[in-house]
Amino acid sequence: MRQFLVFVRKEFYHIFRDKRTLLILFGMPVILIVLFGFAITNEIHHVKIGVLDNARDVYSQQMIHKITSSGYFEVDQNLRTADEIESTFRKGDIKLVIVIPDHFGDKFYHEKKAPVQLLADASDPNTATTVINYATAIIGQYQQEMTGKITLPLTINTEVRMVYNPSLKGVFLFVPGVMTLILMLVSAMMTSITITREKELGTMEILLVSPLRPILIIAGKVVPYIALSFIIACIILVMGFFIFGMPIKGNLLLLLAECGLFGLTALSLGILISSITSSQQTAMMISMMGLLLPTILLSGFVFPIESMPRPLQIFSNIIPAKWFIIILKDVMLKGSGLRQIWLPTVILGGMTLFFLVLSVRNFKTRLS
Amino acid sequence: MLPIVVENIHKSFGDVKALQNISFTVEEGELFGLIGPDGAGKSTLFRILATLLLADKGTASVNGSDVVKDYRTIRSQVGYMPGRFSLYQDLTIEENLNFFATIFNTTVEENYDLIKEIYEQIEPFKKRPAGKLSGGMKQKLALCCALVHKPKVLFLDEPTTGVDPVSRKEFWEMLQRLKEKGIPILVSTPYMDEAILCDRVALMQKGEIMMINTPAAIVADFGKPIWAARADNMYHLIRDIRAFEGTDSCYAFGEYLHVTLHQPVEELKDHLKAHKGLIITPAKAGIEDAFMQLMQEQNEAV
Repeated sequence: MRQFLVFVRKEFYHIFRDKRTLLILFGMPVILIVLFGFAITNEIHHVKIGVLDNARDVYSQQMIHKITSSGYFEVDQNLRTADEIESTFRKGDIKLVIVIPDHFGDKFYHEKKAPVQLLADASDPNTATTVINYATAIIGQYQQEMTGKITLPLTINTEVRMVYNPSLKGVFLFVPGVMTLILMLVSAMMTSITITREKELGTMEILLVSPLRPILIIAGKVVPYIALSFIIACIILVMGFFIFGMPIKGNLLLLLAECGLFGLTALSLGILISSITSSQQTAMMISMMGLLLPTILLSGFVFPIESMPRPLQIFSNIIPAKWFIIILKDVMLKGSGLRQIWLPTVILGGMTLFFLVLSVRNFKTRLS
Repeated sequence: MLPIVVENIHKSFGDVKALQNISFTVEEGELFGLIGPDGAGKSTLFRILATLLLADKGTASVNGSDVVKDYRTIRSQVGYMPGRFSLYQDLTIEENLNFFATIFNTTVEENYDLIKEIYEQIEPFKKRPAGKLSGGMKQKLALCCALVHKPKVLFLDEPTTGVDPVSRKEFWEMLQRLKEKGIPILVSTPYMDEAILCDRVALMQKGEIMMINTPAAIVADFGKPIWAARADNMYHLIRDIRAFEGTDSCYAFGEYLHVTLHQPVEELKDHLKAHKGLIITPAKAGIEDAFMQLMQEQNEAV
């Protein structure tokens, strides 16, 4: 037992004396959270628009006011002629131009029809679609305000309610995603690198020629990273909760336990990688290609699994991150308990056991 | 029970025959040297004895335990210092030593008398990370770490490679003292001047042992007279001596050339009379001469 504790202490020395390791461990989560939270977002927020108001009457002013007061849009330029539209788009700042025809108010009340043209910069199709949807919705609302409630003889009313994430915030998706990514990075990549480093520096040779059992060597190398990845998971949760308002509806203890479980899954993958490689470079490449990319692309973090081709959907089942993201979303957003998430939990547990057994069996008690 | 017994060990890596038919024994309290150039197979042999590699053929035992079956017993009994510096560079001297003491289930204090003399030399720097030590100090620390659990056998793979001459001398003095304490030591080195400090040596080349004997006997066995030659232009001298038909061998040896002949030396002198500042005197054979001759014989046999 004393051997083990001393081994773990030695491992902590390595971590705390290497500035690069520390930077990856604690700088990375914060940077990723900030990046995803503030920079990489597909939410609409203060989009710059141009307005070509040919009517300049009370109603057109009211409508523009309505659009800007939503917070989604802000008028950057007032255009005077239709010829200016092309050149303002070319400058690139403006994503949407609203063209209001002559006598807008008159037409609306007397001709019962007032066309409003929306021109969107579709060089980024996703943004263009979202912008158009938002603008149409606001204009629709304005129309209702002006006309009051019109009762048609027969109508179907769609009442839309977005459950669990009413304001459709991107944070709710990326906090679980980033957490998965970081745990994968820290646990799998760092452990595979730290074990292969011992091989590369030749210290593994001495450790092997010692009474230490292989399982103790692995455990000693891995335990510090379990602790660290757990702390990092907590940091992300706290940041998500206080900075981005991510709710934690479910049991906190259950959530932490699931984080611990996923940490173990990632660690066992890291050990597996280290048992089949002997250089830090290769270990890093394999973790990047074999773990990080699938975690980002195939886990449902960035691209929804439902819209993938069938073979990829099936393939995504063997990605541990997919199951962890399901667990995280269920517990945090829906407040699910163990009864609702037992299946992904069992799958993760099974994967962990499988990888652990495989890597311990693969660990060589000799050099080749 | 002999501390180290090696019988007919073979080991290949693909097509490369690293070890061929290696057999030797190390006696109780003996300082046994494996002498040979890089690539002779010394490190492979160490790894087989340290239970890190499996031999293709043959058996070996350390302290009566088989290196394959009882590898666990051997691992707790031997002190092994690999050829490359293999301690934790980011840990200090003190931390490294304590770490290795603990994983061998002991403490530094328990066996302090064994490492005291060596440790005292590096103690002033005990707070310094191992990676920032000089080559000689690194090797002293590595030796301390290999000794800290009071091993019954000591394996030292090229402990003085890359170490300055003064530290090398000190290191060998330490080995002599360890030997006096009764620890059998198997040490490898590419330096011939260190060979004479061993009790017995095995001269190795290309994975084979060419000869095992005491250094004195190896030198005594060297039958032919040796001539030391030098002249102002050494480059031309070595070319001319090698061109002379009565020359058996001619190697640079410090500031002289060591030459063996099968014709009277006067004829060589006659052959070289054009050289300025020519000196040819009889010399005493060293272990290097013996090694060079064995190497030449082996190369000619292939």
